[in-house]
Amino acid sequence: MSLQVRHLTIARGGIPVLAGLEFTLQEGQVLIVRGPNGSGKTTLLRTVAGLQTSLEGEIIGAAERVAYAGHADGIKAMLSVRENLQFWAQVFGGSDITAALDAYALHPLADRLAGTLSAGQKRRLGLARLVVTGCPVWVLDEPTVSLDADAVGLFADAVRAHLETGGSALIATHIDLGLDAEVLDVSPFRASASHHSGASDEAFL
Amino acid sequence: MIALLLRDLRLAFRAGGGFGLGLAFFLIVTTLVPFSVGPEAVLLGNIAPGVLWLGALLACLLSLDRLLALDYEDGTLDLLVTAPLPLEAVVSIKALAHWVTTGLPLVLAAPFFGVLLNLPTAGYGPLVQSLALGTPALSVIGTFGAALTVGIKRGGLLLSLLVLPLYVPTLIFGAEAARRGASGLDTSTPLIMLAGITFGTIALMPFASAAVLRMGLR
Repeated sequence: MSLQVRHLTIARGGIPVLAGLEFTLQEGQVLIVRGPNGSGKTTLLRTVAGLQTSLEGEIIGAAERVAYAGHADGIKAMLSVRENLQFWAQVFGGSDITAALDAYALHPLADRLAGTLSAGQKRRLGLARLVVTGCPVWVLDEPTVSLDADAVGLFADAVRAHLETGGSALIATHIDLGLDAEVLDVSPFRASASHHSGASDEAFL
Repeated sequence: MIALLLRDLRLAFRAGGGFGLGLAFFLIVTTLVPFSVGPEAVLLGNIAPGVLWLGALLACLLSLDRLLALDYEDGTLDLLVTAPLPLEAVVSIKALAHWVTTGLPLVLAAPFFGVLLNLPTAGYGPLVQSLALGTPALSVIGTFGAALTVGIKRGGLLLSLLVLPLYVPTLIFGAEAARRGASGLDTSTPLIMLAGITFGTIALMPFASAAVLRMGLR
């Protein structure tokens, strides 16, 4: 089942940032979202993940199928790496976390408290969470921040393995991941001033 | 959902989780009262039910601002919203975890603190009963307040201002039951009212909490 976005207009802080956005994400496909800072990449990804509502347009095939990874990793410092992953596995109805530990080489760190990890190690843990969710659509916002070259390689491998099982991914990133991916440049969809009238319901919030 | 409850309890018991904070606060309030009103045993016995209830209520309030704010700051809340759990269930579990780590210890400790305030012998049973029936409402209403202030920096004070007026009915009937018990009167009417308030809030508040949380994260 593909993810379709039709005529989407989204706003950040009540001001429309992207308008008339259309794309389709097929099974086994990666779409790289590009655009300058403040162009609405994060807002787009949060909207697809269901964390924000759109002003107009529709998103088809996203409900309950999306695993989102944003700027914050959602890691509890006082739980071990294993406990963090087990928690998310149980929330998403799974239980096996060895595949996730394998994918990001986290076995040596499994019993360390997550609060003692370095920034890059935390990010690897945050990305390993995607593997245990079992969701077919990954929506990732700058996933490679603070990762070294080896870890970026691990991440690219994990995405490839995810695609082989029929999954798909929507990734906002500025670096080349070495993936066979199409690029979605959001700058042509920048909202013009005329779209401001669409934000009228903000008065009630 | 059980995983979420276990995780919250585990976090509360580990260092920095704030477990025991409410209990220590409750103890300090009940020891300060005799210093402020003077060492008159009869007067202390008269005001003990009300003071114990007020202390328990304030102790509950103390840990509320950590309830959702910590999960918001590290991004867990965003991920929970996108997880296949109903948000109503998430906030209910959060309230339950708050009650187990804050309300339940207060209920169990209240008889010991009653000794400090010379609570009449007949009052212990009704005090524990009223606290056991009333404190779940404090946690559930508090979760609503925490959801309302989740995105706000330093929202703790605002949270207190919003939540304390909503605590008034629980306090009135809870303290009334404890006071009647201490004077040897029948406590069934205030206890039934208290139970009604608690079950009503448990049934309805999660929907309000989930709704404001969705709005706050937008």
